[in-house]
Amino acid sequence: MTEKRELRVEKIRDGTVIDHITAGTALAVLRILGITGREGHIVSVLMNVPSRKLGRKDIVKIEGRELSPGEVDRIALVAPKATINIIRNFEVARKEPVKPPTTIIDVLKCQNVACITNSREPVKPIFKVEGEGENIALRCYYCGALMSREEILKQF
Amino acid sequence: MEFKGRDIISIRDFTREEIDYILRTAERIERMEASGEPLNLLSGKFLGIIFFEPSTRTRLSFEAAMKRMGGGVIGFGEPEMSSVKKGETLADTIRVVENYVDALVLRHPMEGSARLAADFARIPVINAGSGAEEHPTQALLDLYTIHKEKGRIDGLEIGVLGDLRYGRTVHSLAYALANYEVTLHLISPPELRMRREVLLDIEGKIRVEQAERVEEVIPRLDVLYVTRIQKERFPDPAEYERVRGAYKVDGGLLAKAKPDLIVMHPLPRVDEIAPEVDQTPHAVYFRQVRYGLITRMALLGLVMGAL
Ligand SMILES: [Zn+2]
Repeated sequence: MTEKRELRVEKIRDGTVIDHITAGTALAVLRILGITGREGHIVSVLMNVPSRKLGRKDIVKIEGRELSPGEVDRIALVAPKATINIIRNFEVARKEPVKPPTTIIDVLKCQNVACITNSREPVKPIFKVEGEGENIALRCYYCGALMSREEILKQF
Repeated sequence: MEFKGRDIISIRDFTREEIDYILRTAERIERMEASGEPLNLLSGKFLGIIFFEPSTRTRLSFEAAMKRMGGGVIGFGEPEMSSVKKGETLADTIRVVENYVDALVLRHPMEGSARLAADFARIPVINAGSGAEEHPTQALLDLYTIHKEKGRIDGLEIGVLGDLRYGRTVHSLAYALANYEVTLHLISPPELRMRREVLLDIEGKIRVEQAERVEEVIPRLDVLYVTRIQKERFPDPAEYERVRGAYKVDGGLLAKAKPDLIVMHPLPRVDEIAPEVDQTPHAVYFRQVRYGLITRMALLGLVMGAL
């Protein structure tokens, strides 16, 4: 109900609304999605909005662009409860929770300075996703170092 | 069980069944060795040993293992790694060197290096130490030592003493023991406690207890695994001096131990085990070297498809 009201307040015609983003992480979400603002879309960012489900939450609305699930699943790393609403002609055409991917390739750097991926080797950093929700963590495929959600956030 | 072509990168890649199979294979090798017949299981095969940091002991153990199996060894030591000094990547070095040999043993200062090497090599890669991370063949030989000396691994109370934060042998050993039903006592100064990611992984699989003083737990232990505490790990030398004495294994400490407690050490030791311990039935650290040779013979035979 809450969401519906908010969607009405901030109605967009076509595009994507990312709802239930963990409060305070909207800017990290935008960075994960590679949205800088220079793409020309109208982007609205709401932070620390009261939410019945989460207490407080962030919301991101991108007009004129439909994000594909593969594109957005990575945001589950920092905002595990986020939902993706695809809006067409003011209506929610599709609504899905984000699902954390099982592997993250070439997005994050291993924070272990002694890790071989931080040298000049011809490899991309690869992480396996472990745990879920707030306890999500990434394990470096190469060195085995664990990166917690807080540590992941620092990179965005 | 198929081991031919397999990489030995992390002890975590192995199930208990696979580890038990390796231990049984080591027993087989030990019996064959005892018969006095020369083993020619790996004749015509060559092992490449690439060490980017010195470790004469580990190198010697692999070299002896390969030769005692009838195979040859080609060493690529630090001085010869001049291409690396010119800036060659590990990925390139591996793709060159693998053309000369049937399997590779790698020691490299960076963590994850062995996994990377294995991904680039078509031949099996054995990790002989990658940074502070892991040393799986040491863990396997440690298990073999416990298995041979105690007749079992399940049900034992095992204490690991010393530098649990930076000591790579203890990380691999902890992972290896997590496959068995043991109680693991982690004994270290607070500065050198076991790494968080290792703890997270083993807790829940086995009972883990932490202690700061070895006296507290010594009467309960069946196995005491001693590692070196390095001075460089302490920002304050006075702190090192203070801590050092509390981790010394000597006759006085062992007087409080079970008579059949075994004391292990990956060697070389400095002064963490007093020489007086050598003559006691507790000391197994020199036999551990022999078990290491046997375990590595078994591993080489397995990954090169000779067993
Ligand atoms: Zn790493």
